[in-house]
Amino acid sequence: MLIGKPSNILSSEITPESVYLSRRSLLKGLGLVAGAASLPAYALTQPKGTDLPLYPGPDWLRPKLDSAKTTWSVDEELTPYDSVITYNNFYEFGLNKEDPYERAQGFNTDPWQVEILGEVERPGIYNLEDLLAKVDIEERIYRFRCVEAWSMVIPWLGFSLASLIKLLNPTSNAKYVEFVTLEDPEQMPGQRSLFSTIDWPYREGLRMDEAMHPLTMLAVGVYGQAMPPQNGAPLRLVVPWKYGFKSIKSIVQIRFRESMPQNTWRLTASQEYGFYANVNPNVDHPRWSQATERRLPSSLFNPRIIETQMFNGYEEVAPLYAGMDLSKWY
Amino acid sequence: MVLTNRDVARRLVWVVLFTSMAAPLIWLVFLAYTNQLGADPAKALVDELGQWAIRFLILTLCASTFSRRLNVRVLMQHRRMVGLFALFYALLHLLAVSTFILGWRVDLLIRELTDRPYIMLGMVGLLLLIPLGITSTKGWQKKLGRRWSTLHKLIYPASLLVLMHLVLLIRASILEAVVYAFLISLLLIERLFRKENLKKRVN
Repeated sequence: MLIGKPSNILSSEITPESVYLSRRSLLKGLGLVAGAASLPAYALTQPKGTDLPLYPGPDWLRPKLDSAKTTWSVDEELTPYDSVITYNNFYEFGLNKEDPYERAQGFNTDPWQVEILGEVERPGIYNLEDLLAKVDIEERIYRFRCVEAWSMVIPWLGFSLASLIKLLNPTSNAKYVEFVTLEDPEQMPGQRSLFSTIDWPYREGLRMDEAMHPLTMLAVGVYGQAMPPQNGAPLRLVVPWKYGFKSIKSIVQIRFRESMPQNTWRLTASQEYGFYANVNPNVDHPRWSQATERRLPSSLFNPRIIETQMFNGYEEVAPLYAGMDLSKWY
Repeated sequence: MVLTNRDVARRLVWVVLFTSMAAPLIWLVFLAYTNQLGADPAKALVDELGQWAIRFLILTLCASTFSRRLNVRVLMQHRRMVGLFALFYALLHLLAVSTFILGWRVDLLIRELTDRPYIMLGMVGLLLLIPLGITSTKGWQKKLGRRWSTLHKLIYPASLLVLMHLVLLIRASILEAVVYAFLISLLLIERLFRKENLKKRVN
């Protein structure tokens, strides 16, 4: 489904914005649009009936989010906002799924800088605002499959990683892209834990062709909101055909490299987590099956167990792995 | 029937223990009923039930140690109930996995049981506890005589299996496993240093 396509409405039928706006203010004056007045005029997915916080984001980002169009979608029911922002792994804020929501609300993500380095024409430290000035934000509704066998359908806001890579102009030596999350134990209680087996900062990587694939995105928002801190504000990766742990959060460093980078979960348990981490129902995790997943939110008597699809249903990426033994390169 | 003060106190302790061991279940049911278990209530419920089973198993092991070493007999007097609660939570844990996670899909159930070492270990641990629960009554205790205490030593391998079950589930934090492993080893080692066991080894 592509919402951004041209419509069949004649341009003469479209109410000019000024007229529309003045009509609105008239109705508003009459008190007729009490509820509707607060609704934005765009068609982005918005949270419905939530008591949880909203995340309008910094002023410089808001207009970009508001002008986003939906460019990717799936014909599946969205996971509600409340589940998306309260249930996820972000070990920097704790091990339980609720920890990120409960502990990240004070996480300061604006202003934010991203260091670009390695095999690239324009290395340097960039303000996120400046990086984003050159890209358009889109809404993309993707399936999200965690390696722990639960999944969601999430309306992300962001842009294709490829568009940023093109702007940065990597050299011909750049075969891989490495990403690093912020390391800041003062703000991230999970990094202070003495019992953690993770070597901070969190890091991830993609092969160049994976990074350039049009499905790969950098996300700055979700559900019409700026990215909530617990979901990896202000900038995170989303690679919908890979297990969720590849989609690294709160990125502070992007390095173009010639050699394959390490990634945190492979460093932690290499017999269980690989570099590729493509969603694959035929290759089980050593401790659990990957053949099925629980689509969240599940309820007790309706666990919503569904079959996991190869590449999470994004079969168009299959050519990237032609000839590779995916049980070896898990 | 004349109730002595001691009887009253004992019954009171029973009520307090029973209520506090039933409380986690009541609390979990309340959370489930009011949709407060999060986006993946099945997982939350299964984890909690499993954790409480281990905690009560450890408490069962504490009974004789507290009685012998600290002269605190209250747990020993109610050891059967504590042990039965451990078994009860373990069975609920299995029931919750089968119902809420596997949806009684027999193919998944069989595959999990045959393919997953941690599930096999947990399952064997639970199976070992079942005969202990059945023979926990006074009648069985009399019937089995000496063999009763031999049979009930099965709680030791069961604890170790359950501990392995937990260790194999570690993802990124070893805190819980370290705490449980420490307590279980402490309680098992204490048994090695009991007079009758030391004597046996000298002979």
